[in-house]
Amino acid sequence: MTAQKRVERPLSPFMFGKYYRLQMTSASSLLTRITGHALVAGVLLAVWWLLAAAAGDSHFAVANAVATSWFGDLVFTGSLWAVWYHYLAGLRHLYYDAGKGLDIRTAERLGWICVAGSVVLTVITIVLVQ
Amino acid sequence: MRYLTDRKRAEGRGPSHTGAHHHWSMTLSSAGLAFLVPVWLYIFGKTLGQGREEVLDTFSRPFPAIVTGLVLVIGMRHFAMGATTMIEDYTRGTTRKMAVVFVVSLAWVIGATGIFALLKIAL
Repeated sequence: MTAQKRVERPLSPFMFGKYYRLQMTSASSLLTRITGHALVAGVLLAVWWLLAAAAGDSHFAVANAVATSWFGDLVFTGSLWAVWYHYLAGLRHLYYDAGKGLDIRTAERLGWICVAGSVVLTVITIVLVQ
Repeated sequence: MRYLTDRKRAEGRGPSHTGAHHHWSMTLSSAGLAFLVPVWLYIFGKTLGQGREEVLDTFSRPFPAIVTGLVLVIGMRHFAMGATTMIEDYTRGTTRKMAVVFVVSLAWVIGATGIFALLKIAL
């Protein structure tokens, strides 16, 4: 048996910087991934808070103090924007999957709609739950 | 004579080895979350900042409890699968396997913890 030559394949994201310039379509796609994963911070804080509520008064006092502090506000407000961005970008994904909106002009416009829409939805949510 | 059908021989081939199953699972969970997440955000946002009694009261009612449970289960599956895709994109070999094990475990732990809390409150 002949020894197979080992193929050195490039690993993503090797294109960035050197060969590829970031544009609206790729930036908004990348942001979808970043927001989706960053959401784990908000989920952790929320689950801890819920667990503390189940556990007892002293546990809840600590978790609730953190969740409603400036740190909690920062995490939850950031997560709120992240979830709305990820939400809109996910809907855009379903739209793309249907074979629609794939021409450059529409795709770029959809990216901007995700960015602007997520900010608007974040503000609306904060107002609604006040 | 070939006993295997074309379909059978094609199965398990391709880069994912599972066809489009992963993609379809993400589509299904995203559609579910599209309904659940706005409702849950409202419930959680309204409850956050209240005292423990009110929090327990909210999450022991059927609707908020069921929505929260669904968000946890479907959301954590969606997270585990999305994170797996990201890891498969950016890493390979043993690093890839260990990272996939880590995120899948993390997702299950978060989900189980949330469900435990929910059951303790609701039942």
